[in-house]
Amino acid sequence: MSRSDDKLLLANVSRRRFLMGLAGGSALVLAARWDMPLANEKAQFGAGAMPGGWVDDPNVFIHIDSDGTVTVVNNRSEMGQGIRTSLVLLAADELGADWDRVKVRQAEANQEKYGNQNTDGSRSMRHWYDPMRRAAAAARLMLEQAAANQWSVPLHEVRTDIHKVIHIPSGKELGFGELAKAARGLDVPGRNDLVLKTDDELRFIGRESGYINGKLESAYPKAIDGEDIVTGKAIFGADVEVENPLYAVIARPPVYGSKLESYDDSETLKVPGVQKTLEIEGTGQPAGFSPLGGVAVVATNTWAAIEGRRKLKIQWDNGPAGDNASYTSESYRKALEERAQSPGRVIRENGDVEGALKQAGKTVSATYYMPHMAQSPMEPMVATVVVKNGEAEVWAPVQNPRATRDTVAGRLGMDREKVRVNVTLLGGGFGRKSKPDYAAEAASVAQAFEGRPVRLQWTREDDIHHAYFHAVSVDHLEAGLDSDGNALAWRHRTLSPSIGSLFAPDPEHKGEFELGMGFNTMPFSIPAIRLENPPAPAHVRIGWFRSVYNLPHAWAIQSFAHEVSVAAGRDHRDYVLELLGPGREIHNLTVGDGWNYGEDPDMHPIDTGRMRAVVEEATAAAGWGKELPEGRGMGLAFHHSFVSYTAIVFDVEVDDSGNVIIHRADIAFDCGRQANPERIRSQLEGACVMGIGVALMSEVTFKDGVVQQDNFDTYLLPRMPDAPKEIHIHLMDRQDEPMGGVGEPGLPPVAPALCNAIYAATGKRIRRLPVGDQLKA
Amino acid sequence: MVTLNINGEQHELDVPDNMPLLWAIRDVVGMKGTKFGCGVSQCGACTVHLNGTAIRSCVTPVSAAKGEITTIEAMAEDPVGSKVQQAWLDLGVAQCGYCQGGQIMNATALLKRTPNPDTSEIVDAMAGNLCRCGTYNRILAAIERVAGKEDQA
Repeated sequence: MSRSDDKLLLANVSRRRFLMGLAGGSALVLAARWDMPLANEKAQFGAGAMPGGWVDDPNVFIHIDSDGTVTVVNNRSEMGQGIRTSLVLLAADELGADWDRVKVRQAEANQEKYGNQNTDGSRSMRHWYDPMRRAAAAARLMLEQAAANQWSVPLHEVRTDIHKVIHIPSGKELGFGELAKAARGLDVPGRNDLVLKTDDELRFIGRESGYINGKLESAYPKAIDGEDIVTGKAIFGADVEVENPLYAVIARPPVYGSKLESYDDSETLKVPGVQKTLEIEGTGQPAGFSPLGGVAVVATNTWAAIEGRRKLKIQWDNGPAGDNASYTSESYRKALEERAQSPGRVIRENGDVEGALKQAGKTVSATYYMPHMAQSPMEPMVATVVVKNGEAEVWAPVQNPRATRDTVAGRLGMDREKVRVNVTLLGGGFGRKSKPDYAAEAASVAQAFEGRPVRLQWTREDDIHHAYFHAVSVDHLEAGLDSDGNALAWRHRTLSPSIGSLFAPDPEHKGEFELGMGFNTMPFSIPAIRLENPPAPAHVRIGWFRSVYNLPHAWAIQSFAHEVSVAAGRDHRDYVLELLGPGREIHNLTVGDGWNYGEDPDMHPIDTGRMRAVVEEATAAAGWGKELPEGRGMGLAFHHSFVSYTAIVFDVEVDDSGNVIIHRADIAFDCGRQANPERIRSQLEGACVMGIGVALMSEVTFKDGVVQQDNFDTYLLPRMPDAPKEIHIHLMDRQDEPMGGVGEPGLPPVAPALCNAIYAATGKRIRRLPVGDQLKA
Repeated sequence: MVTLNINGEQHELDVPDNMPLLWAIRDVVGMKGTKFGCGVSQCGACTVHLNGTAIRSCVTPVSAAKGEITTIEAMAEDPVGSKVQQAWLDLGVAQCGYCQGGQIMNATALLKRTPNPDTSEIVDAMAGNLCRCGTYNRILAAIERVAGKEDQA
C-alpha cells in the first residue's frame, strides 16, 4: 500500500472528530479505526505530505529467518532519540515477537523503497507509528495464515502468542521461524483485513519502564544499541571499517562567501603521512548543502592531515563575501534592537493594538536577545566515500539520507541511483546533520582517489567555525494593562535572519514555517494583538538547531508574560492561566499558521485546555507558591511546539558569587499518545540540560565575519555541575489524542523558565542570553 | 617505532613520537571505541586509562603513553568496569552514546580510586566529560548505583 491507495481519496473525515465521537477509549478505536480513512493520511498533511510518503509493506520492514530471528528495518536515523529501539519495539509488540530475538537493520538511503527518511522535525514516531504497526500486523496475519494452512484449519482457530502461533482447539504450536518460509510466500493482506492489537494486548507500546524520576521500575525491554554503546562496539560515522582508507581535513574560508585566492603547501607536504593537497570548489551564496570550498589535506591518518592543515599558508579573497566580511555580533544586535522600534510586516492582527496601548493605564515593554549557537553534536561531522567506476558509496552519520544521496550525486555529476548512502549511528545531530555538506566534501576528495575510500573528518574547531548557526534574534514586546492589571494589548516584533537565506536570495523575513514555530500561534486571549516581523539580513549560514525558531519565540513570549504578571502585581501562574483563558481550540489557520508542523489543523489544533493542564501539572508537582529560602525562587514557562505541549518549573538558587544552582526541574509533557515513554523521559531530560546551556552559557559571536570561539573552552556547553540536581518528568495521560513530537518540544521553555526563576530568586531580569556573568557582582 | 601496550597486547607502531594516543589507537591500531570529540582535552570522549588513571588520549603523545593502556573495549572484563556498564544499561543512560565510552572510562577510574564517592565527588570527577544529549542525571545515578552495590558486597 502507498499513499496512492484509492481509499485516501475519501480521506476527508477528521480522525480527531471520529475519536471524540467514540466513548470506548483508545483500545476500541485502535481495533476499529483501520477501515476508516485516516485524517493523517490526507495527502497534504502528515506522513503523506512528506517526500516519499509512508510505506507499510511488511516485506520491506520485517524479515523472519528460519531460526526465528526477527529483523526489523529501521528507516530513520538514530541520533540519540532512541528510534532504532522505539520503531522496532512497535513492530515487535504488534507482531508478538520475543524482544530478545529481535534485531534491527539500518536502511540505506532509498526513499522509493522505505518512504521518507528525513529525520527532522520530531516526526519519526508520529509519522511512522501507524505504518509500522500495520506492517507488523500484516506480518502477524501472514504467519497465522501460514499456520492455518499447515494445520488445514480455519484462520479464526489460530492466534499468535509470543514468537509462536497456536491452534486454539488442539493447543498445537508452530514457532515464527518454522512458519517464516511459508508466510513469505503468501500475499500481503489488505488494510481492511488487519486487526491491530488493543491497548491491553500490548506488552511494550505505551508501557512505562526503565528509570522513572529517580527509581528503576524495570530494565526491560533494553535499548537495541545499549550493549554496543557501553562496550565501545557501536559504529558511528568515523568507526566504519573500510579497506586502506585515506584521511582528510579541509581548511575552509573563514567568512561566509569568501574564496580561496592562493595557497602554499610546501610545509604541509613535509609532514610525515601527508599525501596530497587539493582545492575543493565552493559554491558561493546561498550555500545550501554544498561545500564552502577550501583546501583539503589528505594523509594516511587523521592526525597527519590535521598537522598538515596547520602548516598551510592560505590567502582568502573576502571580496565575494560582500558585507558578510564586516558582520560583527555586537553591532548587529544593536542594529536589530533599533530596527525593532519601528513597525514591521504584520503577521497577525486582532483588534486595535495602538489604540489599546494608548488607552492602557500601564504599559510594559522589553527587548530580548538570543545569540547564534552551534549545534555541536559530540560526534563532529565525518563521512567516508569511495568513488569507483562511475559509482559512489557513502558511509556517514546523516539525518537526511535522501538529501545526502542527492547532494553527493550532484557533486559527482552522477545519477542518484549510482550513489549508495549507508547511514551509521549519529553521535548526536540536533539539526546539524540535516545538512550533508560534509558528505559532499568527502565525495569531492574521494573523486581524486578513484577506488580508495576517503574519510573526511571535521575537527571541533571546524564544527564551531562552520556550523549552520542557530539564528540570532531580537524580540521586542509591548503590553498595555488596565487598572486591574488585565492585559488589553500585546504587540510583538520578532527579528531573525531566515533559514530561507540558505537556499535562495535572502528573504530578510521569516518564512511561514519559521513564524509558525510559536510566534503567530501565540495562545493568549487578549483583546488587541499585533504580531510583526521587521527585516533581518543573514550574514552566515543559518540552519535548523533543535526546536529552531521556537527557541527565541518561547524565550521572548514566556519571559514577557512573566514581566507582565509582575507589572500587574499578580502570581505568574494564575496570570498566565487567565491569559490562556478557558480551554479552547485554536485552529491554526485562524492565527495565520498555515504550516502547523505539516500536520492537519483539524487533528492538531492548539488546545489551550491541554496547555493549561501541563501548566497546572508542572506547578502542582513543583509545589508552586511554597516558601523558599532567601536567594531561591521558582520560574515557570510553557510552550506548544511540534504539536506537543510542555511546561517547566525550575527551583533555582543564585549564590553570593552569582552562580546559578538548579535544585529541581519539574517538566509536564503532553505529546498525545505515547509509544515508548522511557525514551520520551530521556528526551525531556536531555532537552532540559541542553536548554540550560542555551540559557546560561552557549554563544557564538562573530567579528568581521569570523567566528570568535574555537572549541569547548570558549564555546561553552552545560556540564554535570550545571544540570539540575533533580529532574522530574510528568507525562500526561492522553492516549486518545494523536501523537505529537518528542525530540524538540522539551527545549523551548527551558531558558525562559530558568530566567524567570532567576528573577524570582534575585529580582534581576535577564533579557540577553546567555546569562554568562550577568549575575556576578 | 613506538610500542604501545593496549588491553594487554603489545603493538609496534611506526608513528611519530608526538602523535596523540587517540589517533594511534583509532587510525593505526584500528580500535574504534575511543572517540574524537574536541582534540584539546575539553570533552573527555577520548578517555582511556594509563596505568589505571583516566587520561585524555587526544592530548597524550604516544611517547608519554608508557605502561598499561586500557580502553573501553576491555571494560567488560574489568570487575568495576563491567558493573559500570551494567548500571549504564539498567538506567538507560545513553542517548546517542558517542560520549558514553569516555564517561564509562572516567567513572570506572573514579570508582576504583574512590569506591564510595559522595555526590559532590562524582560531580567534580565527571565535570570534564561533556554529553551534548544531556544524560548527566542518569550518569550520576548510574555511578551512585554502582557505589551502592559495592556497599552491599
